[in-house]
Amino acid sequence: MKIVVIGNGMVGYKFCEKLTAKAQSGQFEIVVFGEEIRPAYDRVHLSEYFAGKTAEDLTMAGLDWYEEKNIKLYLGDPISYIDREQKTVRSHHGITESYDYLILATGSAAFVPPIPGVEKEGVFIYRTIEDLELMTAYAKKAKTGAVIGGGLLGLEAAKAMIDLGVTNTHVIEFAPRLMPRQIDEAGSNILKAKLESLGLSIHTSKNTSGILGDQFINGMQFSDDTKLDVDMLVISAGIKPRDELAKLAGLETGHRGGIVVNDKLATADQFIFAIGECALHGGMIYGLVAPGYEMAEVVAANLMGGDKSFTGFDMSTKLKLIGVDVASFGDPFVSHTEGRSIVLEDSMKGVYKRINISNDGKYLLGGILVGDADAYNMLLQTSKNKVVLPPNPEDVILGARGGSGGEGGAGITSLPDDALICSCESVSKGDICQAVCDGNETMDAVKKCTKAGTGCGGCVPMVKDLITHTLKSQGKYVRNVLCEHFNYSRQELYDLVKVHKLMTFDEVLNKLGTGDGCELCKPPVASILASLWNEMILAKGNDTAQDSNDRFLANIQKGGTYSVVPRIPGGEITPEKLIVIGEVARKYNLYTKITGGQRIDLFGAHVSDLPAIWSELIAAGFESGHAYGKALRTVKSCVGSTWCRFGLHDSVSFAIRIEERYRGLRAPHKLKSAVSGCIRECAEAQSKDFGIIATEKGWNLYVCGNGGSKPQHALLLATDLDSETCIKYIDRFLMFYIKTADPLTRTATWLNKMEGGIDYLKNVVINDSLGIAGQLEAEMQLLVDNYKCEWKEAVENPEIRKRFSHFVNAPEVKDPSITFEPMREQKKAKEWK
Amino acid sequence: MIQENVLTWFLACRTTDVPDNGGVCVKYHDDQIALFNFSRRGEWYATQNMCPHRMQMAISRGMIGTQNSEPKVACPFHKKTFSLSTGKCLSGDDCGDLKTYPVKIENDLVYIGIEE
Ligand SMILES: Cc1cc2nc3c(=O)[nH]c(=O)nc-3n(C[C@H](O)[C@H](O)[C@H](O)COP(=O)(O)OP(=O)(O)OC[C@H]3O[C@@H](n4cnc5c(N)ncnc54)[C@H](O)[C@@H]3O)c2cc1C
Ligand code: SF4
Ligand code: SF4
Ligand code: FES
Repeated sequence: MKIVVIGNGMVGYKFCEKLTAKAQSGQFEIVVFGEEIRPAYDRVHLSEYFAGKTAEDLTMAGLDWYEEKNIKLYLGDPISYIDREQKTVRSHHGITESYDYLILATGSAAFVPPIPGVEKEGVFIYRTIEDLELMTAYAKKAKTGAVIGGGLLGLEAAKAMIDLGVTNTHVIEFAPRLMPRQIDEAGSNILKAKLESLGLSIHTSKNTSGILGDQFINGMQFSDDTKLDVDMLVISAGIKPRDELAKLAGLETGHRGGIVVNDKLATADQFIFAIGECALHGGMIYGLVAPGYEMAEVVAANLMGGDKSFTGFDMSTKLKLIGVDVASFGDPFVSHTEGRSIVLEDSMKGVYKRINISNDGKYLLGGILVGDADAYNMLLQTSKNKVVLPPNPEDVILGARGGSGGEGGAGITSLPDDALICSCESVSKGDICQAVCDGNETMDAVKKCTKAGTGCGGCVPMVKDLITHTLKSQGKYVRNVLCEHFNYSRQELYDLVKVHKLMTFDEVLNKLGTGDGCELCKPPVASILASLWNEMILAKGNDTAQDSNDRFLANIQKGGTYSVVPRIPGGEITPEKLIVIGEVARKYNLYTKITGGQRIDLFGAHVSDLPAIWSELIAAGFESGHAYGKALRTVKSCVGSTWCRFGLHDSVSFAIRIEERYRGLRAPHKLKSAVSGCIRECAEAQSKDFGIIATEKGWNLYVCGNGGSKPQHALLLATDLDSETCIKYIDRFLMFYIKTADPLTRTATWLNKMEGGIDYLKNVVINDSLGIAGQLEAEMQLLVDNYKCEWKEAVENPEIRKRFSHFVNAPEVKDPSITFEPMREQKKAKEWK
Repeated sequence: MIQENVLTWFLACRTTDVPDNGGVCVKYHDDQIALFNFSRRGEWYATQNMCPHRMQMAISRGMIGTQNSEPKVACPFHKKTFSLSTGKCLSGDDCGDLKTYPVKIENDLVYIGIEE
């Protein structure tokens, strides 16, 4: 039997996967035509392309898969004609193939409303990898952006724009509320406030009447006579099913688009099926991937002689935006006659929860969650499986308050074994528990063996809970422990080391651990000791527990040489000190470079030269810059009110004060900071672990930003602070981070994982909700008072100095394997193999 | 018949020259040998100093520890780990193994055995 599939998108691919998995080899001859130039990829996670995923990462299956399954795949060649009489299709390039059965999986295109000016450059849609590539290139020169459409996709596109660096982004929604199909007015208001705190500007009830500019867009005109200047625009106003081919072939289509199909997904022509976003079933277009997969399953099963039907599908969704949870499930807007609603609203915390229950109070019909959607999977399952509600149904949304994950665990047990956990891949609770019992004890293993969580990913937290729960019920122990030597998390260890007043790695290991330690537990324990007592890190047998960089107080570089980074607080330096750096670099033949943190790095130092280099730098008034440690790095500053015509306060002086206060502070990961003299933000404080920006009335304090591989904007913690309060809050914030974060977790990740997020953190730091503010401040003061320059101590201590040689039996000989290559009048490390 | 390899015992340094639970690099003609004082276990180990991953002279600066009581060292560059007793790479990839040497201590002096 010969099957031709038109469209190699998510659903077309899934159809091939299901059919080949079921069929005997040779049973079907499969031919696929795809219009896009690459094989099917994961469109649902398209936005992750901006977070560093490549087109390859998103690919569902590589070309070798199609080859292995004997599928003939034509890419970049759309079908332009179907001859139903002859049962053939003809492609754009003129290839003709006959079929016994034809599958239309042509998906949909972005719907672009006919606004005058949409053809201008700088106007984009958001559907394919090519669209994203075009956007990325254009975004480089754009500062202000807008998205038409405040639905699921529009909000995702807006977040993507911010990630692309278009920080001033507007969302224009025609309806009076956001995500009009999923959430109600009250939920929309909370969501709006949340999104605004992420930096988006939201305009509802706004109708775009024109796009301004000549060749390039430069603004938008609205029907209420207002205007907005924008450099780029993404249109996300809904989808339009790709039914043009079916129409041409005389198949019935809906008047608002879509190929009409019955419960078997057959069109009026019994040899032609339509599945995925192009199919119109029961008057509905299903714009989600899970129903499309179900359609693929139905058709594949029936071609094998089965008798399955498609009878509609749940449209519950959870938004994948970082920083805001939004979900709706079941029927989000139940009317009075069908049931009643229970609503929980906390505008302070930005949380809105609504559940709709049947009039007899027994069943959950649907609901909306904004701000905190942790309970989404559980509630979805409760409504789908008609689990009987507790006597006080409000407990299902109030229950999680103040509590931890315990609730989720108990909830899972009440689900029947056939409850569908992963609807994208139809994996049930029973399947997952069985997989765990068979020895797949990690998320990755369960993903591999059941495929659960590989679709939209929304079920991952629940799968994780199920794994933990199943392991526990088998009597296995699951905890986030450091390594085989310590059965504690970093936070537990921190408290225990403090209570027992342990001072060395060996003491900690003897008292709290087993065995001999390793490279996984030594650095975090050494860091805890340094954070607690701030003693010389090379003292008392702690030296060899330090990461190699800490052990030599320098960063090891390619080739085995080290870098030397003196502290230059706030980036301010005198001409005399600049000359010293130059002289030292010349004397020891070091490569010099100005770094992003406003200081000067000297590279290529032999380990045996380090003490001499540092002696000279220290004599000139420099101290260690801690570039080698998981510690405070730099506090960058702009020139501020002393010279800049816009400056509101003296940002340099404040940056120096901050850097000198926290220098040498050891933490779970490195810490960076910056101070800007006004909102123009020349010091980029919002990309730092903590950043300070001057306002008319004082300082705004931002926290938990990140540059690096996963950039994240810092969030506003407090506004208009005087200098003393600002420092007090930073003390509390940093100490709280140091005490509670896992090893090698930057502040941004720490916050992302924190239950309650920035609102919780604000409560701890500003309102002292845990009653520990005084203690945090006192602990920080102790560390500040104990600060000493490590390099000064090292060069003054002959025992420590001795350790800086390459050969123990020939201290005067340098490592002969080190070689350099010349480059632009300086040198570089030899390339490694 | 048991074939015995002929070992030359080379005097590397004093025991006090090597930090507790740490390593140093020993020069033997044109070779570099990493020597470890695993004082917590009362054991000494020696391996080649060159990490086979990117050919860096760095093993002696690595951190030592155990994995299921197998003594090991982690290269400071990319944290590949190697068994100190057999030299086998424990990171589950094929970056190569370390050559190991026997060590003996006499009168607070450390000797490394070199096969002739
Ligand atoms: C940014 C973004 C985020 C999304 N997030 C979610 C989410 O969180 N959850 C969720 O469930 N869904 C989400 N979706 C929707 C989901 O991606 C779609 O439901 C799914 O891709 C539909 O699959 P499909 O195969 O029907 O269509 P598509 O994936 O669009 O595939 C159709 C393919 O057919 C090709 N084609 C069309 N006509 C022809 C022709 N004549 N000849 C040959 N080939 C042709 C098209 O070029 C396309 O490659 C998201 C979509 C986008 C764009
Ligand atoms: S941030 Fe403001 S004060 Fe600082 S340099 Fe820029 S414009 Fe001037
Ligand atoms: S971005 Fe990468 S290459 Fe550049 S300094 Fe950082 S770690 Fe090194
Ligand atoms: S050079 Fe040793 S791990 Fe890469």
